[in-house]
Amino acid sequence: MCSLCGILGGIEHWADAVARPGVYTRNVERIDRRRERANRVRIANRVLSAFGLSLTDWQGSAFLLSTRTGKTEIIEDLGHLWPAAERLCGRGLDPLDEPFLNRLEAEARG
Amino acid sequence: MTPVTLITGFLGSGKTTLLKRLLDDPALSDTAVLINEFGEVGLDHHLLERLDDTMVLLQSGCLCCTIRGDLADALRDLLSRRERGLVPPFRRVVIESTGLADPFPVLSTLRSDPVLRHHFKAANVITALDAVNGLRQLDTYGESVRQVAIADVLVLTKTDIANEPDVLQITEAVRRLNPDAPMIRASDTLDADTLLNGIAREQASGFYCDEPVDIANASSPHGAAIRSFVITMETTVDWTAFGIWLTMLLHRHGDKILRVKGILNVEGEAFPVAIHGVQYLVHIPVHMASWPSTDRRSRIVFIVDGIEPALIERSFTTFNTLGVSSPALKLVEEA
Repeated sequence: MCSLCGILGGIEHWADAVARPGVYTRNVERIDRRRERANRVRIANRVLSAFGLSLTDWQGSAFLLSTRTGKTEIIEDLGHLWPAAERLCGRGLDPLDEPFLNRLEAEARG
Repeated sequence: MTPVTLITGFLGSGKTTLLKRLLDDPALSDTAVLINEFGEVGLDHHLLERLDDTMVLLQSGCLCCTIRGDLADALRDLLSRRERGLVPPFRRVVIESTGLADPFPVLSTLRSDPVLRHHFKAANVITALDAVNGLRQLDTYGESVRQVAIADVLVLTKTDIANEPDVLQITEAVRRLNPDAPMIRASDTLDADTLLNGIAREQASGFYCDEPVDIANASSPHGAAIRSFVITMETTVDWTAFGIWLTMLLHRHGDKILRVKGILNVEGEAFPVAIHGVQYLVHIPVHMASWPSTDRRSRIVFIVDGIEPALIERSFTTFNTLGVSSPALKLVEEA
């Protein structure tokens, strides 16, 4: 169900790897899709940790987005992730923010 | 899914004339056309049957409807009639928007309306631009700039009455805003099939009609906030990281990113993936059957309003490195 509009069977997000003809996917096998989800959670957490948030997979069907104090929202896909993340941390999440990019780059350098 | 083409363009830019010419084309026989007023197009000599106040059937088999009030209602009505067999089964829809409209809300309606999104998909946006007055309109009206920026195909009208230097000047101005959309002169032969089929997104050959203008070479007029630039990436793109990056970027800056269109060399893929977004919307990415040229680098064209290109490029590169396996994993592999 789409958590924003409450409609059953919301359409897939463009970045999702769904197995349906005509849609972008490279993960036809179920195990590949699970691996893709795990990878998405890993990368999203690198970004979200800068804002005190964390993401976990929930049963392979949704994600749980939580603050450090445990406030949690269920999200369906990347389209819902950013509005929910901004709500939970109470400010805008800007991928062009220079201090944020400095932090990511420093982490990448290890 | 029924493809929807949007014809847009500033007041007096020749949208209706363009539509008139398209209506003569037999290729439009299975099309439903939504216009603002029957009178404007002058359908009399095309008319076969008047179905009701808002809908007429043309000799070509094309269905023509006026939009009374909400576009979403007009489309739903059309869909409902087709399902009930009350109108000929059309296979595509063409919408002529008003001259002062920002085209984005139409695309947004198609994507977000709970009924329409399951039946219609945005195919392409055709923008008519007046070669005589277009330059002034681009300078004065934000709507005109947005219409050009969002276009998948540009039709330059009134080139027969404009001076050649003016035409060149406007071509240059348009290329600064929208570097890669195919540009057609209305005085040339117009093929409805080519115009309406959204070739730009589906085929490798049609993806870049002109070589995109590089930011280093583009001479942007002083103070122009809306501009285009191309990010070129030497390494492969991690799809997962890219999805996270673009959704985050469009969520925060979608109002200022008029268009993003690119061809990506995705890690683990033999062929390129084409992506295409308009403000907050991103179309379903397309796997292309081949590369358009021997160049295998990922290229993304951005048309932005007041965002620093270098910052977008930096952010893109930084996020892409997140996709690469973490250092810890690499160490294990090496050991």
